[in-house]
Amino acid sequence: MDFRDGAHNLYHIIVASLHIGKLRYLAVVIESEEAHQTSKVIKLLQWLDSVGVKNVCLYDMNGVLKKSKDTIFQIMKNAKSIEEVNEDVTHHAPDHMTLEFVSYVDGKEAVAKAANLIFVENFKRHDIGGELDHQILLESHLNQALQIVGCKGPEPDLLLVYGPVRSHLGFPPWRIRYTEIVHMGSLNFMRYGSLIKAIYNFTKVRHNYGT
Amino acid sequence: MKFSSHTGLSQTLQVSLLNTPMQKSSGGITSHLLGGLCCYLRRCIFSVLSVGPLPNHITFIMDGNRRFAKKRNLGEGDGHKAGFSALLSILRYCYELGIKYVSVYAFSIDNFRRKPKEVQSVMDLMREKIEELLQQESIINEYGIRIHFIGNMQLLTEPVRVAAEKAMRVTANNQERVLLICIAYTSTDEIVHAVQESCKDKWNQIQASKEGKVSNGGSKINGLDLHFRDSCRDNATEACSSLHKGVKDAGEKDALLEQNSEKHSDNYSEGEITSCNGIVEITEERKYKQGETASIKLVDIEKHMYMAVAPDPDILIRTSGEDRLSNFLLWQTSACPLYAPKVLWPEIGLRHLVWVVLNFQRHHFYLEKKKKQF
Repeated sequence: MDFRDGAHNLYHIIVASLHIGKLRYLAVVIESEEAHQTSKVIKLLQWLDSVGVKNVCLYDMNGVLKKSKDTIFQIMKNAKSIEEVNEDVTHHAPDHMTLEFVSYVDGKEAVAKAANLIFVENFKRHDIGGELDHQILLESHLNQALQIVGCKGPEPDLLLVYGPVRSHLGFPPWRIRYTEIVHMGSLNFMRYGSLIKAIYNFTKVRHNYGT
Repeated sequence: MKFSSHTGLSQTLQVSLLNTPMQKSSGGITSHLLGGLCCYLRRCIFSVLSVGPLPNHITFIMDGNRRFAKKRNLGEGDGHKAGFSALLSILRYCYELGIKYVSVYAFSIDNFRRKPKEVQSVMDLMREKIEELLQQESIINEYGIRIHFIGNMQLLTEPVRVAAEKAMRVTANNQERVLLICIAYTSTDEIVHAVQESCKDKWNQIQASKEGKVSNGGSKINGLDLHFRDSCRDNATEACSSLHKGVKDAGEKDALLEQNSEKHSDNYSEGEITSCNGIVEITEERKYKQGETASIKLVDIEKHMYMAVAPDPDILIRTSGEDRLSNFLLWQTSACPLYAPKVLWPEIGLRHLVWVVLNFQRHHFYLEKKKKQF
């Protein structure tokens, strides 16, 4: 048995012991210049599928991954788009992957669209005028408006960054309040072992959420 | 005081190394000279760093005070006091290096959920330290620092809010450095506030132009309202109405709104979402054609962010090795490198700052490129 067999066996042991259920939604941020390597992106998705991570959001700033969507779905035959999936993606049965494709315009610009929706609905329609100061816009209302303008995906538990720097590169700010952000290095040098390690470390973390 | 009784020789030395020669040290000539030497070395290091690009704004998530207190068997309040001392040191290093803006995450809205006794003691400490900062010989006057308190100030207890407002007033004319203290802050609260303010602004704009048009004979706004009301009868905007309902009766009906929203979002298909978008777009187009004020833009929202008083941070440092942002500056950190050294906040030192700035310099070209693309 050579070294590589040993390493694979070790990975299988680690993967089998992962409390993968803790990772309900994973986001992958890829530097746009590296995102053109669709074959690498597909390989990464296949690794994630094999480990049991079924709900993945793929993000790159310029929308390069959105353009490769068709190619990815052709090869990942058991994957579905988040738009096709009606139920709450974090609760569906793990027989297929759910993929979401996001870019910079789905972040801050979406908040601007939601603001317009809220404005048109609440302010203009009912001629509120003097009551403005007593209106309280809550986070739940903005959340709802964002859902309506198309931001369906939930908050990821873990965000992996493939690029030169640990930065979320404009991932929709609304969705990363308590997301663990891990830097994986360049996509060109991606390694299965590093991926397993990042997921394993995530499953060990305990959250206080500020309390 | 518990903290000082645990101070060993190494810590005394460390404290005097960090002080500038002007501050009196309790030891003799040796520690005074040593302090002076360290200060000189620090200035040399900073001169070398200054050859490369320097960040304009560094932001800190000061995490680890409670863990520090536990590690050293101190009272919880002492952990926060040690954290405050660390803050003063770091501010000094940053401002000496020439960094103009420093922001810190002092207290999150989530932190209000801690035990009331702890929250009260942190509030008391903050008030005490704000007053200390405003004294004549403090670092504020030494570096000409303007202080901004960033967050939902209405959530603070009155003494703290009064102290904070005083600090902002007193330092309003300082122009050389800026310190932003994020208190009762979360990013999501900031974004909601900015959206609400931009809606109010837009309303005021429309009212003003309405008055102008009425005096010129005939308002075109009612026409728009009718159009929108008619198109709002289909399924897609049922959730829009429940959205409206929710905003109007904010407090009590929140639970009902949650129920409604779940029901409606289940009925959504992409087509309905698009048609709702389409309605917004048609309305906007009509407004534009009729010469009305345009829709709310991203810049309108951004100018109402609490953090609009400073440029976006160039570096974010979170101590204690935690990998998340915990609802801090999510909007402003699109092109910001995030560092998470494992050191606890009260133990942060010059070497961590130097290491982070070197890393920033290494990736500066890439980050500038990213900023231009946004």
